[in-house]
Amino acid sequence: MTSQPILRLRNVVKTFGSFTALPGVNLDIEEGEFFTIVGPSGSGKSTLIRLLVGMDEVTDGEIWLRDRRIDQTPANQRPTCMVFQSLALFPHMSVGQNVEFPLKLRKVPAEERRARALELLDLLRLPQSYYSKRISQCSGGERQRVALARALAFDPEILFFDEPLSALDYRLRKTLEKELKDLHTRTGKTFVYITHSLEEAMVMSDRIAIMNKGHFEQIAVADEIYGRPVNRFVAEFMGEVNLFDVTGTAGGGLAGAGLESHMNGHAETCGVAMAPGASGTLMVRPEYVRFLASSDTADFTLRGILHGEYALGSRIQYEVETPGGQVITVEKLREDRVDRQPGAEVVLGFDGDHVHLIRGQ
Amino acid sequence: MERHDRKLGLLSAMPLGLILVLSFLAPLVVVAVFSVMPAKVFTLAHMPDFSAYGVFFERGYYKSLLWSLAMALIATLALFLVCWPLAFGMAKVFGRFTLVLTVAVVMSLFVSENIRLFGWVLTLMKGGLFEGYFRSLTGIGFDSPLYNTGIIIFGLVYVYLPFMLFPLAQGISMVPDDTRQAAADLGASRWQILCQVELPLAAPGIMVGSLLTFVLAAGALAESKILGGQAVIVIADDIETAFTFGQNWPLGAALSMVLIVIIGGLALFGVSRIDLDAIMGRKR
Repeated sequence: MTSQPILRLRNVVKTFGSFTALPGVNLDIEEGEFFTIVGPSGSGKSTLIRLLVGMDEVTDGEIWLRDRRIDQTPANQRPTCMVFQSLALFPHMSVGQNVEFPLKLRKVPAEERRARALELLDLLRLPQSYYSKRISQCSGGERQRVALARALAFDPEILFFDEPLSALDYRLRKTLEKELKDLHTRTGKTFVYITHSLEEAMVMSDRIAIMNKGHFEQIAVADEIYGRPVNRFVAEFMGEVNLFDVTGTAGGGLAGAGLESHMNGHAETCGVAMAPGASGTLMVRPEYVRFLASSDTADFTLRGILHGEYALGSRIQYEVETPGGQVITVEKLREDRVDRQPGAEVVLGFDGDHVHLIRGQ
Repeated sequence: MERHDRKLGLLSAMPLGLILVLSFLAPLVVVAVFSVMPAKVFTLAHMPDFSAYGVFFERGYYKSLLWSLAMALIATLALFLVCWPLAFGMAKVFGRFTLVLTVAVVMSLFVSENIRLFGWVLTLMKGGLFEGYFRSLTGIGFDSPLYNTGIIIFGLVYVYLPFMLFPLAQGISMVPDDTRQAAADLGASRWQILCQVELPLAAPGIMVGSLLTFVLAAGALAESKILGGQAVIVIADDIETAFTFGQNWPLGAALSMVLIVIIGGLALFGVSRIDLDAIMGRKR
């Protein structure tokens, strides 16, 4: 990555009447990265992307594209482009005319336009015969590819995506996620993607920004956000998680309700050492929690009653309720399915290498 | 069961169907047959000789027809230009004000066309509302703008405005907002969006509005009589004269047939080119 970010946001504010959608956003997006903004609905991510492409005006703050300030530039003069949630294809034009639209606006000669459009259909794995098809004759996935081809024909500096996969069925979405990732690699363009789906973000992104109530909770690579969330919101937003309220003990270890610690002093090496009396939240993902046999040991153990077993396809999810009423989620691969009936008393355990401590919460 | 239903449907549509055939088609057939009768007869029991159609060219009636068609064309174009921004506002911008505007425009239809046109005469004539007050205040008079082709076209635009406005607003509401935004995002200027996205996507509305206004304006009579003072004779005027003063029904019928064929052909052509289902709000 180059040293200068391709897109910089400085204190971007957007208000609608008395409602503040974005209280002051700062963001740097690097040249060529696949950057995904994830957030629940109402988090302000759609508002943000509309500001970035120029469909809405910023109330205050600055947006810089390399050395050029673009926050006052109208959408049709910005060198960026967006793939809409609805795709916004032109229904009165053929596939070819849709793809050629931005080229036609630039008065590219017809021959050249056609050649470029066919090239893009190839890139998106659409047969060349689609060139003269009507949009209404294309399936959902094909329309998606046409919208991408049209956006790429524009040759944007940054390509924005506003949840374009959300309307598609699961299988197609999974396929297109990978294709999009692949397309990013092949084109080398900067992709900025917004979605409410964490999975989508994890599959495709170089970096993920978690957005909530108009600000970013955490911006980092997927592994970092998944393994070391900065707060409870991020931890819970990024999929299934078990959280324990813990306090530091006199021995430099930690303790929580129903949670037995057997760290024996290596809390330091696992990064979970706490000052006596300090409070925090201990996080462990369901796939790191084990069912312990009587002879097994673990750094942390807890007891509970097995409540339910749910099949998640390749994995099985268990829910175990502790005496304190907390429900612990455990996930195992199907081949590691445990032979215990609901209602059985079980001992769960997990190790210090697999936990993450969120301090001060 | 389904066949039974269909039979029932046909049966229940029968009475209205018969009334429609009798009241709509029969007069048309009578007019068509009259148009081929010899001049100045009042029954259909004569040998057809098609002489009335010859008169159409010999006596220069085609000039009236051309006047009618030309003025209807100009009025339709003017209406399109006037109504587009208004319809755009109604469909996309005005919000609640759209209802007010709709009611206001529809209310004008409650008053008979002739009375409204006479209102314009009183307003525009020499010594009328405009010129009269202006002269009494400043001492300077001016000629009335009445009694020429321009004022006839103004009258057509004024009277047929609702017939362009509402279909156009309906057409514009069919243009999805995101296609306009996408076009802008892809670099299109306001003008390019209009020409390449809005006009083609609103085409059904444009077609319906244009057909309605053109067809009505081509057969209009009151505007040229009341506002135009017969500065030009329109085809509807000729038809009326033939049936009344002229007492020449075959001539009137022949003139009517020419107008019907031209307008009917145009309407069929226009309707065949657009997706009526789309503008009625049905999924294609």
